[in-house]
Amino acid sequence: MNTDALSAETGAKPIMTARNVDVFYGKKQAIDNVSLDIPENQITALIGPSGCGKSTFLRCFNRMNDTIQICRVKGDIKFAGQDIYDPKVDVVALRSRIGMVFQKANPFPKSIFENVAYGPKIHSLAESKDHLEDIVITSLKRAGLYDEVSDRLDEPGTSLSGGQQQRLCIARAIAVDPQIILMDEPCSALDPIATAIIEELMDSMKEKYTIVIVTHSMQQAARVSQQTAFFHLGELVESGDTQAIFTNPEKERTQNYISGRIG
Amino acid sequence: MSEEHIVSSFDEDMSRLRDLFLEMGRSVSAQLQAATRALRKEDRSLAKQVIAGDKQLNKLEADLNDLSIKILALRQPFAGDLRKVVATLKGAGHFERMGDLARNIAQRTNTITKAEAETGSIDTLIRMSETVQVMTNSILTAYERSDIEIAEEVRAQDETVDRLHNSLFREMLTYMMEDPRNISGCMHVMFMAKNIERMGDNVADIAKELIYMVSGEWPEGGRVKKDKTSRMIADLDA
Amino acid sequence: MPDYLLSTSPAMAKRHARHTRFQWYGRIAIAISISFMLLMFTAIFFRGIGAFQKTMIAVDVQFTESQIDPSGTRDENSLKQANYKPILLQGLQQVIPGATERRDRNNLYKLLSNGATFDLGERVARKPELIGTSQRVWVAASSEVDLYVKGKIDPDVPEDLRRLKDRDIAWIETLRASGQVKKQFNKTFFTSGDSRAPEMAGILSAALGSFFSLLICFLIAFPLGILTAVYLEEYARKSRLTDLIEVNINNLAAVPSIVFGLLGLAIFLNFFNLPRSTPLVGGMVLALMTLPTIIIASRSILRSIPQATRDAALGLGASKTQTTFHHVVPLAMPGMLTGTILGMARALGETAPLLMIGMVAFIVDVPKGVTDVATALPVQIFLWADSPEKGFVELTSAAIMVLLVFLILMNVFAVYLRKKLERRW
Repeated sequence: MNTDALSAETGAKPIMTARNVDVFYGKKQAIDNVSLDIPENQITALIGPSGCGKSTFLRCFNRMNDTIQICRVKGDIKFAGQDIYDPKVDVVALRSRIGMVFQKANPFPKSIFENVAYGPKIHSLAESKDHLEDIVITSLKRAGLYDEVSDRLDEPGTSLSGGQQQRLCIARAIAVDPQIILMDEPCSALDPIATAIIEELMDSMKEKYTIVIVTHSMQQAARVSQQTAFFHLGELVESGDTQAIFTNPEKERTQNYISGRIG
Repeated sequence: MSEEHIVSSFDEDMSRLRDLFLEMGRSVSAQLQAATRALRKEDRSLAKQVIAGDKQLNKLEADLNDLSIKILALRQPFAGDLRKVVATLKGAGHFERMGDLARNIAQRTNTITKAEAETGSIDTLIRMSETVQVMTNSILTAYERSDIEIAEEVRAQDETVDRLHNSLFREMLTYMMEDPRNISGCMHVMFMAKNIERMGDNVADIAKELIYMVSGEWPEGGRVKKDKTSRMIADLDA
Repeated sequence: MPDYLLSTSPAMAKRHARHTRFQWYGRIAIAISISFMLLMFTAIFFRGIGAFQKTMIAVDVQFTESQIDPSGTRDENSLKQANYKPILLQGLQQVIPGATERRDRNNLYKLLSNGATFDLGERVARKPELIGTSQRVWVAASSEVDLYVKGKIDPDVPEDLRRLKDRDIAWIETLRASGQVKKQFNKTFFTSGDSRAPEMAGILSAALGSFFSLLICFLIAFPLGILTAVYLEEYARKSRLTDLIEVNINNLAAVPSIVFGLLGLAIFLNFFNLPRSTPLVGGMVLALMTLPTIIIASRSILRSIPQATRDAALGLGASKTQTTFHHVVPLAMPGMLTGTILGMARALGETAPLLMIGMVAFIVDVPKGVTDVATALPVQIFLWADSPEKGFVELTSAAIMVLLVFLILMNVFAVYLRKKLERRW
C-alpha cells in the first residue's frame, strides 16, 4: 500500500498522520500497516464491519490502547508533527489535546456541572471558581446542551436522556479544550432524533475541532464526514473524499461492503 | 458487484427495476418501428395502435419511478446500486420522452395520410428510424451487460442520425422550394425527422448515464453534435 | 380459541406443573432453613433469657464499727477488705434463727453470693457514714439459690443428687415468705468481667476485648485489604507473579482459622514478643484472617465497576491514580466497606485463633486498652460452656445472644452503610 497520505485528495492540512501502523493483541494482529492522514477541521469517518479494527485504530490516536496490557502499537503516529508514542510524550497531556467520546454515554455518577468541570479541574485550566463556571457553561453551550439543563446543573448527569448524556460527554470532552475529538460509535445507542442532533452538533463543531468518528452506520458516515476510511480485516482498504467513497469507491471490497453485499 | 446483496429482497427490487427498464426500452423500440411502418405503409390503424401504445409506456415509467423511489427510501443504496437506480430512473425518463416522440410521429402519419399530402421520398427518414432502433436495442444490451463499449458505440451512432437529419433537412427544403404544395407534407416529415433525431439524442443521453452507472465517472468531453440544421437556411437563389 | 393457546393442552399443563413444582421445592427449602434458624434462636433465647435476671436477698445489716473499722481510720482499702461475713450472717440469722451450729452457719451463709462481702465493702468504702447504722441491703444470692428461685432446680429430685439441700430450700422459702427474696435485672452481667461465681460473672470484659480486637483488626485489615485489592485490580500488570498472588490469596481465604492462630503465636508472640492475651495481638491475628476475604470481596467489587467509568476519566486525560481514586474507588467503597464489615463479623465469631494466642485466660478485669489482657465474646462463650457450674449454662446462652445481637448490628450497619454511601444515580 502506498504509504503517502491517502487522504491527499481532500486537500486539507493533516493534523494527525499515521504511517505503517500495526497493532497487535498478543499474537493476533488487529491492524495491518495502516497509513492515514486526519485533515484538520474536518470530520473523518472510519467505517467497516465489526472487528475490522476501526475502533482499535481510533484508540491509537489518544493511546487509549495503553490501558490494554496485551496491546502493542507499532508504526508512526504523529500529532502536530510530534510522534505520540515517543516515550517522552506524557499520555495525560496527549489526552487533554485529543478528547474521546465513547459508544455508550458514560457520564460520571456526579452532577452535570461536576461532569463537565472534572477535566478542567484535573488539568488546572480554571483560574478561579467563576472561570470554571465559565468553562462549564461555554462547553455545555458548544455541546448544545446548555438550554436544556441550565436550571438543573446540580442534578446527576445520569438523570438525562441518552442523547443528552452523550452530549454531556461531548461537553465534558470539549471542556479541556482539545484539538481533536475521537468518537467511538457515539450514536449507536441513540434514537434517530438524538442522532440527528448530535450529527448537527458535530457539523458545527468541526469549525473549531477535528473529529474522527467510528461508525457502523454508513448513512451516518455519509451524512457527517468529509473523509471516509474503510477498514476491513485490519487493513485500510480505501480512504478518501466521502462523496467519492459512497458514490464511486475504487475498491471492490469497499463497493461490496457499502452496498450491503457479502464480501 | 457480481455478488448478491445480503438482503435478498433488495436484489429482487433491483432486478425488477432492471426488467422494467428493459421492457420500456423494448417497448420504445417497438413503438418507433411500428410508427415508421405505419408511415411507410400509410397504415392508419397501425398508427392508432402506436398512439394507444404510448399509454402503456407511460404506465411502465410510472411503475419504474415508484420502484426507484421505494428503493431510494427503503434500501438507501450506496455506490454502484445508487448509480444504477439514478441512471435507470433518468434513463426511463428519456425512454418516456422517446415514447411521446414516437406517438407524435404516428399522429403526423395519420394527418398526412388523411390529407394525402405529397411528402417526397421518406427513405432517409426510415434509415434514421432504423438507426435509432438499432441504437435503442444496443443500449438495452449495454445496460444488461453493464458494457461501456457498446454505450460508447451508441453515442457515436448518434452522429449518423444527425447526419441523416441534416441531409433530410436539405432534401425537404428542396422539395418545398420546388412546389409550395409540398410544404404541408414536407413540414410533417421534417418534424417527424426532428422527432427521430431527438430520440437519437435521448438514446445517446441514456448511453451517457449508463457509462456513469457502470464506471462511476461521466464520459469525458461533450458529444460532438452533428446536427447542423439549426444553422441551415433555404437558398432560394440556388 | 385454538387448542395450543389453552393452558389445558397436555404440553402446557406439564410445563405449568413443572413450574409449580419447582416453586414449591423452593418454598419448602426456605421453610426448612427458617425453621432450623428459629429452633436455634428460640432454644438459645429460652435458655439464656434467665441470665438477664438475678436473684437478690435482703439482709438487715448492722454496720458496727468494731467489726468493720476497728481502727477507726476510715481507710478506703481497709474498709473494702474488712470482714463483712459476720455481719451478713447476723442479718440472715435474724430471719433464720435456727442455724447456730458452725456447719449450719456456713450453709446459711452460702445462700449468699461470694461477692456479697465485696459488694458491702464497696458500698461502705463509697459511703463511710453507713458505719454505725443499721440498713436493709440487697445482696446477690448464690448461683444455686438463683437457679432454685428461677425454678431450675426441682425439689422433687432426691436430695443426694442436688447441691441445694432440703434445709437450704426451707431457708429460702422462709426468706421468701418475709419478702426478702426478689429477682431483678442482672446489671452485673453487663458491667463486670468473668468470675468463678456465675452470679458475679459478666460479659463486659469479653465484649470490650472483642471490640478492641475488631478495632485493631479493622485498622490493619481495611487499609491493607483495600490497597492490595486496588493495586492488584487497577495497577498490577497480569503476570505469573500476580497469578501466583491471586491463587495464594484465594487459598488463604480457605485456610482454617486455627492456622492463623498458630501463625500469630509463632510470629507476634514468640518472635516479636508482643504482649500475650491482648486485643492487640488478637486483632492482628484476626486481621490476617480477614484480609483475604476483604481483598477478594473488594476485587470483585472493583471488577464490577464498568470499564466505561475508567475510560471516561482516562479519555479526559486523568492519570491512572486520578481515575482510580476519583472515580473507581468511591464507586466501589460501599461494596468494599460491606465486604469488610461482613469479614469482620466473621472475625467477631472466631474462637480458634484467639485460643492460640492466649486470649482464653480467665479475665476478671475489664480491659482499658488494646494492650490489656482480655478475652473475647466467643472465647467467653467457650469458657462458660466448659464450666461445670450449672449457673453458667444460662450465662452461656445469654452470651451467645449478646454475640448474635452484635453480629446482627454489624450486618445492619453494613446494609446501612451501603445504602447511605451508594450513590443514587
